[in-house]
Amino acid sequence: MTAHRKNTARNHPAWWAFALHRLSGLTLVLFLPVHLFVLSRALEDGNQLDHFLTWADTPVVKLAETALVVLFAAHMTGGIRLLAVEFLPWQDRQKTFIAVGVGVALATGLVFLLSAFSGGA
Amino acid sequence: MTDISDQYQLTVNIWRGNSDGAYQTFEVPVRDSQTVLDVVTWIQRHLDPDLTYRYACRVGMCGTCAMTVQGKPKWTCRTRIGTVVENNELTLGPLRNLPVIKDLATDMVPFFDKWAEAGAQFVPGDQVPEQMAAVAPDSRARRAADVAIECIGCGVCYAACDTVAWREDYLGPAALNRVWTLVNDERDGDRDGHLRKVAGESGCLSCHSHQSCAELCPKHLNPTASIAGLKRKSFLLALVGRS
Amino acid sequence: MTQRQERLLYVLQRLSALVLAPLVILHIGVMIVAVQGGLNTAEMLARTQSSTFWPVIYATFFVVAGVHGCIGLRNILTETTELPARSVNRISGGLLILILVFGFETVRAIA
Repeated sequence: MTAHRKNTARNHPAWWAFALHRLSGLTLVLFLPVHLFVLSRALEDGNQLDHFLTWADTPVVKLAETALVVLFAAHMTGGIRLLAVEFLPWQDRQKTFIAVGVGVALATGLVFLLSAFSGGA
Repeated sequence: MTDISDQYQLTVNIWRGNSDGAYQTFEVPVRDSQTVLDVVTWIQRHLDPDLTYRYACRVGMCGTCAMTVQGKPKWTCRTRIGTVVENNELTLGPLRNLPVIKDLATDMVPFFDKWAEAGAQFVPGDQVPEQMAAVAPDSRARRAADVAIECIGCGVCYAACDTVAWREDYLGPAALNRVWTLVNDERDGDRDGHLRKVAGESGCLSCHSHQSCAELCPKHLNPTASIAGLKRKSFLLALVGRS
Repeated sequence: MTQRQERLLYVLQRLSALVLAPLVILHIGVMIVAVQGGLNTAEMLARTQSSTFWPVIYATFFVVAGVHGCIGLRNILTETTELPARSVNRISGGLLILILVFGFETVRAIA
């Protein structure tokens, strides 16, 4: 057994914000080449992409897409907060910024979800 | 006569041995108003004289008694039993991120070696100045240095920092915080040199702004903010060749 | 890697972040509109082929996102694995090449 049981020094918002930023970033950077590969099929054979899009037109996929959008938006809002930390004078209310960032990300996801399940523009 | 009606039995798990050891459990009579250091001392005096731990001032000034308390690095002389007990149990271990000598005592040498490696000490100018430096206390640089200057090198931030745990050569929040005060010290003879020593991945660039250091610093310092300042200067250094 | 190169990676990471923020907002906005009524290739191509704006935007997007993401991946690999630095750099660089190749193919497909 190691000298340390659970590490409770991580039990605070700024650490959770880091964890979210890192997990979302990892997910996105692994998703990106797949995403680009699928889209590039639009040239090779337009039907191939359409075939995939039809296959992907299910509630489960739409939920997964929504999750990606939330992660995407959260990574961005968290990233903007970090750019502010690193380039602008220090602000003590980091917890507020973190909360706002998560809120914006969830709201964005919700808008996407509603759009994905809506019949037409 | 001392009223001990608020005394109760507490289960205390303490790490014994070096990095390859185990927790040992003691039953200790405690009061909520006592400090964790009181409890450790009681165990060493009444139950096991072999228990190894450190303290000095016992009044929250020296930082020697820092240990891992319920998973967080803290000064045990400034931590009351009542605020940390959970399910009638208290778990104590040595500080994280440092080699364990025995039980609750860690080898602080790596911490101070990194302090030296970061160049975190004042560099005098070439010549002895003729007069005392007239440093305006409200200048931006002095205010930035003053906010970070009270570090006493206790190692709590170093123990709390995950980047220290994940990167062997990461200099750590305390050393970098001290460098920030020197970069802002107009009396220092090599402010540029101070920045260059830490403007890399072993230095300020690897900080991920977790802020565990700021959350747990017993003197309420903010190494994250200091390191952010070093990052700003590193950015300028990269773009224009000087800060 | 020299300290200077480390600083360069850091600068690229932050500058790419600055460029990406508005592009991400744009992309999510476009997708929220596009996803209504379902996605199909013809609709997408009608949009992306309507002006050189879109190919330029998306070309910039994939290049900058690839650089940003792979520098980030490099950090993650360094901090969470025991892989030597050379392997970390090769994996990160390899993924960047993959992203650049597929990204180029995509922009070619939609322009």
